[in-house]
Amino acid sequence: MELVTTVLQLALTTATPIALGAYAGLFSERSGVVNIAIEGMMLMAAMMASFVSAYTNSLFLGVVAGLLTGALMAGLHAVVSIKYKTDQIISGTVINFLAAGVTGHLYQAYLVPPRWPGSAGTFPAMPIPVLSDIPIIGPILFDHQPIVYIMVILTFVIHYVLWYTPWGLRMRAVGEHPRAADTLGINVYFTRYANVMIGGLLAGLAGIWLTLEWVGSFNINMTNGRGFIALAALIFGRWTPFGAFGAALLFGLANAAQIRTQTMFPQVPAEFLQMLPYLLTILVATLRRPIPPAAVGQPYEKA
Amino acid sequence: MTKTPVLEARGLTKRFPGVLANDAVDLTLHKGEVLAMLGENGAGKTTLMNMLYGLYRPDEGEIWVNGRRVEMASPNEAIHAGIGMVHQHFMLIPVMTVTENIMLGVEETRGLLSRIPMLGRINRREVAGRIHSLSQQYNLAVNPDDFIRNLPVGIQQRVEIIKALYRHADILILDEPTAVLTPQEAEELFVIMRNLTQQGVSIIFITHKLKEVLRVADRIAVMRQGRMVGTAQPATATEASLAEMMVGRKVILQVKKGEAHPGQPVLQVQDLYVDDDRRQPAVQGISLEVRAGEILGVAGVQGNGQRELVEALTGLRPARSGQVHIGGVETTHYLPRQVTESGVAHIPEDREKHGLVMAYTVADNLCLNRYYLPPFAQGPVLNQTQIDDEARTLVQKFDVRTPSIYTHAGNLSGGNKQKVIVAREFSHPVRLLIANQPTRGVDVGSIEFIHNQIVSQRDQGSAVLLVSAELDEILSLSDRVAVMFHGQIVKVMPIAEASREKVGLLMAGSATADTDEQVQPQVIK
Ligand SMILES: Nc1ncnc2c1ncn2[C@@H]1O[C@H](COP(=O)(O)OP(=O)(O)OP(=O)(O)O)[C@@H](O)[C@H]1O
Ligand SMILES: [Mg+2]
Repeated sequence: MELVTTVLQLALTTATPIALGAYAGLFSERSGVVNIAIEGMMLMAAMMASFVSAYTNSLFLGVVAGLLTGALMAGLHAVVSIKYKTDQIISGTVINFLAAGVTGHLYQAYLVPPRWPGSAGTFPAMPIPVLSDIPIIGPILFDHQPIVYIMVILTFVIHYVLWYTPWGLRMRAVGEHPRAADTLGINVYFTRYANVMIGGLLAGLAGIWLTLEWVGSFNINMTNGRGFIALAALIFGRWTPFGAFGAALLFGLANAAQIRTQTMFPQVPAEFLQMLPYLLTILVATLRRPIPPAAVGQPYEKA
Repeated sequence: MTKTPVLEARGLTKRFPGVLANDAVDLTLHKGEVLAMLGENGAGKTTLMNMLYGLYRPDEGEIWVNGRRVEMASPNEAIHAGIGMVHQHFMLIPVMTVTENIMLGVEETRGLLSRIPMLGRINRREVAGRIHSLSQQYNLAVNPDDFIRNLPVGIQQRVEIIKALYRHADILILDEPTAVLTPQEAEELFVIMRNLTQQGVSIIFITHKLKEVLRVADRIAVMRQGRMVGTAQPATATEASLAEMMVGRKVILQVKKGEAHPGQPVLQVQDLYVDDDRRQPAVQGISLEVRAGEILGVAGVQGNGQRELVEALTGLRPARSGQVHIGGVETTHYLPRQVTESGVAHIPEDREKHGLVMAYTVADNLCLNRYYLPPFAQGPVLNQTQIDDEARTLVQKFDVRTPSIYTHAGNLSGGNKQKVIVAREFSHPVRLLIANQPTRGVDVGSIEFIHNQIVSQRDQGSAVLLVSAELDEILSLSDRVAVMFHGQIVKVMPIAEASREKVGLLMAGSATADTDEQVQPQVIK
C-alpha cells in the first residue's frame, strides 16, 4: 500500500513537466505553429532559473527569469516562423541546438565550483491542510510542491479557455483555417504570436520545475527529452488539455514505477528500466491516428 | 427614379506582378437591387470584390459606402460598413459548428469573467437564438449545432450568408455562389436572394451562367480584362448579347457536333462497387461501356456516387469489387500513373485538390503527367527548357490567361486553373477521356472552347465519359445519356430519347420516368 501511494504521488510529480510542456505545445500548435522547440525552451529556462536564483539567492527572481526566458525563446521561434515564414521544424531544431549550446557553455562558466555560489534551494512541499490528511488520496494529490498544483489547475483553466472563450475559439480558428479567420477581421499574426509566447511561458514553467522544484541545481541536458515526450503527450492527447494531462500521467506513472522498482530488481540494468517510459510513450502514440489542426506548420501569407 | 447608391467604387486599380487585375473600375450598387457581375475568367471580378471587402488594398481609387468614403484597410472596416462577402471558396472551418463559425470574431460572452476581454464564457445559447431568428426572418434553415464538415454545400452557403447577416450586413457580395450548387439548391438560393432584397439588402451576384443572370438580376455589369466594359438590363439583354459583351466576340452557345461513329468498346465496367470516404457504399453495382468515338454523359444530382465512380476508374480510390477494363486490359487495381499511361485523360471534379499543385508554376503543372518521360526528363534529370517550351505552346493553344508560365497555379483565376488542367490532360495520346464537371466555374467563351475540345477528342476516336451536374452540358454534348441515382445507373438511353424532363425526373429518383417512353415516340414524330 505504502509503495502504491508513493508511486502514484511520484507519478503526478514527474508528470508535471510533461504536462506543462504539452500545454506549451498546445497553445502553439492549436494556433497553427509547430513547436518542436519545447525541449530547448525548457532547458534554457531551467538554466536561467537556476542561474538567477543562485546568484540573487531568490527563488522568486529565478521564477521570473525562467518564465521570461521561455517567452523570449518562444518569441524567437514565433518571429522566425510567422514573420520570416521559415520552416517551423527547422526553426525548432535550431532553437533546440541553440539551447543545448548556450546552457552547456554557461553551465561550465558559472554553475560549477569554484564560481557556483550554491543553490537557492527548491520550493518546499506545501501539503494542503485537512485534505492532505485523507488516507491514500491525501498524500497522492494534496502533498506536493507548488508547480504540481499549478499544473493541475492550469489543466482546467486551459480547458476552459480553449473550448469556452473567444480567445480559444479564435486560436483554434487560426490554426484550422487562417484565411477564414482573416476574412472575419481576426488578426492572424497577433493571434499566433500571442499563443506561441503563452506556450513559451508554460515551457518556461516546466524548466523552472526541473531546477527549482525537482533537482535544486542545473545539469547539462537535464531535460532529457521531456520536451519531446511532452509533444508525444500532446499528440496522444489529441491537442486537448485533459488528453495531454492523461498522457503525461501515463508517462509519469511509468517513470515513477521505474524509479521505485530499480531498487527492487538490482539484477536488471537501471538503463533498461529507465527506457521503459519512453518505449511505452512510443507504443501508446501508435494506438490512435492523430488529427492535428489543419493549418499547423503553414505560414500565413496575407493576400 | 434615382435611387441612393449604397456602395460605390471609383477608379479602383489593382496590380499584381505582371497583371493589371483592375484598371480604374467604377461600380455603383443601389439599395435593394441584385447587381449581376459577368466577365471572363481572370477579368478581375474576384479582385474587385476583395478590394470592396478589405482583403486587398487598392493601388488607386476610392470606396464609398452610403455616401461616405471608407478606407478598407482590412475586412474589419468592410464588416463595420455593413458589407458581407460569400467567397468563391467558402471560408468555413469544417471541424467547428455552425454557431462557432458564425460568431467567430463577434462572440458574445456572459458570466463573471465576461468583463475580461476574450476570456468570458461564450454564450452559445444567445448566439444560437440569434441565428434561429435570422434563419426565420430570411428563410435560411440551418441547425446551429451541426458541424460544417457534415453539411452539403448548399447548407454551407446558407451558413455563409447568415454569417454576413449576423454582422448586420446590408450589402452582400456573392462570388459565384451557384457554381457548386445543384440546380435545385440554386433555385432555393434565388428565393433567398429575393427575400433579402425585399428586406433592403443589396446584392452583388457573380456568375458565369447567363440564364441565371437574366432571371435574377435587376442590373448587369460586365468586366473584361480588368475593365468595366458596360452595364445591361435583363429586360433587353439576351444570352448571346451578354456573351458577346463579355468575350468581345460572338460566342456560339450551342455545341456544334456531327454524328457519332462509335467503334470498339474502350471502357468496360462490370458490376463495380466502390465505398466513399466514410466507408459507406457509394457505387453499387455499376456496369457500363463507352465506345471509341462516342460521348457517354452521366447525369445525376451531385453526391449520387459520381465522384467515387470516377475516382475508382482513375485509380484514385480502390474498388470493393467488380472489374474495369480499358482497351481490353483489366485496370481495376492500376495505380493512377498506370491508368494515365493506358491513355486516360482525367479532368477531376475538384481542381484545387486533385487537379493542380497550387504552389507549383503553371509550367510544372502542365507537365505533371509526363515530367518523367523524355524529352522532359533525361534519366533522373529534368529538362526545364523543354518543359517551359511545351508550357508556352500549351498556354498559347489553350488560351490560358496567366502573366507568365512561371506564375504559381494558385494565383490563377478559377477558370484559368481549369484550362491548365484541360491543356495538360489533352497533351498526351488519349483514348479515354474522363471528365468530371469539366466546365465548373468556367466562362462562356472557355466553355465553348472546352466543349469543342471534348467533341474533337471524340471525333479523333477517343471514348469520352462525361460526368456533369449541368443538365444542359449533358444534353448538348452526349451521344448517349446514363442517369445515376443512389450509386446505380438507373437508365441508359440514346440522346434522341433523352428529353430534359425525362432525365430530370430520373435524376430525382423517379422510376416512373419510364412511363413517358409512351410519350417519347409522339414527340419524335
Ligand atoms: N493573389 C494574386 N496574385 C497574383 N495574381 C493574382 C492574384 N489574384 C488574382 N490574380 C490575377 O488577377 C487577374 C484577375 O483575377 P480574378 O480572380 O479577379 O478573376 P475573376 O474575374 O474572378 O475570374 P474567375 O471567373 O475565373 O473567378 C487574373 O489574371 C489573376 O491571375
Ligand atoms: Mg473569381
